[in-house]
Amino acid sequence: MPTVEVAGKSIEVDEEGYLVNLSDWDEQVADYLAKEEKVEMTQNHWEVVNFLREYYSEYQIAPAIRVLTKAIAKKLGPDKGNNKYLYELFPYGPAKQACKIAGLPKPTGCI
Amino acid sequence: MTDELEMEEGGGVVKKFMFLNRKAPYGTIYALEGLEVVLISAAFDQDVCMAFVDDGVYQLMKNVDTTGIDMKNFSKTYRALEGYDIEKLYVEKESMEARGLTEDDFIVDVTVMSSAELAALMNEQDVVISH
Amino acid sequence: MLHIVNKSPTERNSLDSCLRLATKGSAVLLIEDAVYAATKGTAAAAKLQAAMADLKVYALAPDLNARGVAGRVLEGVNLVDYGGFVDLVAEHNTCQSWL
Repeated sequence: MPTVEVAGKSIEVDEEGYLVNLSDWDEQVADYLAKEEKVEMTQNHWEVVNFLREYYSEYQIAPAIRVLTKAIAKKLGPDKGNNKYLYELFPYGPAKQACKIAGLPKPTGCI
Repeated sequence: MTDELEMEEGGGVVKKFMFLNRKAPYGTIYALEGLEVVLISAAFDQDVCMAFVDDGVYQLMKNVDTTGIDMKNFSKTYRALEGYDIEKLYVEKESMEARGLTEDDFIVDVTVMSSAELAALMNEQDVVISH
Repeated sequence: MLHIVNKSPTERNSLDSCLRLATKGSAVLLIEDAVYAATKGTAAAAKLQAAMADLKVYALAPDLNARGVAGRVLEGVNLVDYGGFVDLVAEHNTCQSWL
């Protein structure tokens, strides 16, 4: 299993760069993962990342994109709960990129 | 059966799928893998329902704590099904009662039905997938 | 609907569940260790015999032969070979395997 160095800590990731142990995640790790994805983290990015972490802690899965947009629309309003907004924040796929930055496994149903 | 199939807006065919769960969780991988298949199936906009029969009813137990066995507590994931538009969850009454359980023991809202009712429902499906 | 059972009736409850949830006119095919259910003198025989009033019961002959029980098959059980297995699957819209 490959490892990456973040702030002096050695962290295991899988071959696609997702964290192996969710418990390794902290904001520094998220910043590192975001840089790897070439995503500049803003407040709006953090909002989605934190939403995903809450979703995971409640349901023990990373949501499919359709489910994510619907859930975000419900909580943060339709301006944010739509594909356009989420793809602007995470151009290579909100489910994949945001989940990776949030330290979650790759979403189930991500084809 | 083809003539009975509904057509959805995009012209795709919507079939009735039943995922039949008969295994207890955590002892084997069937329940978790089965649940993942159901979640993936949601991406295809089909008419999906889940049925819980035999030890499968144990998958829906409340008050699950897996910290001592070092496994993910996927019992919580059944509560995510609603967000995936999978809202038809059926429990066979005979299986539930044989295990001393009632609806109140389950982590999600379910429809409890008799063997005869469930058998009839199973007959209406286009596809039955068993885990 | 075609129901396929492959577990011994004395090891698992698959056959019981199948018989409970198979509607009148359905077919039940016994394969692998489930073929023991189709033999005389077993605990499952009476249940199966009663179920045959409403269901068509088939058993896979190669599996009966392999277990030395081909001479003990219950009356009313239809024997099929692999070709017959395929025909049954093709004849029915849906199949349920009671794993």
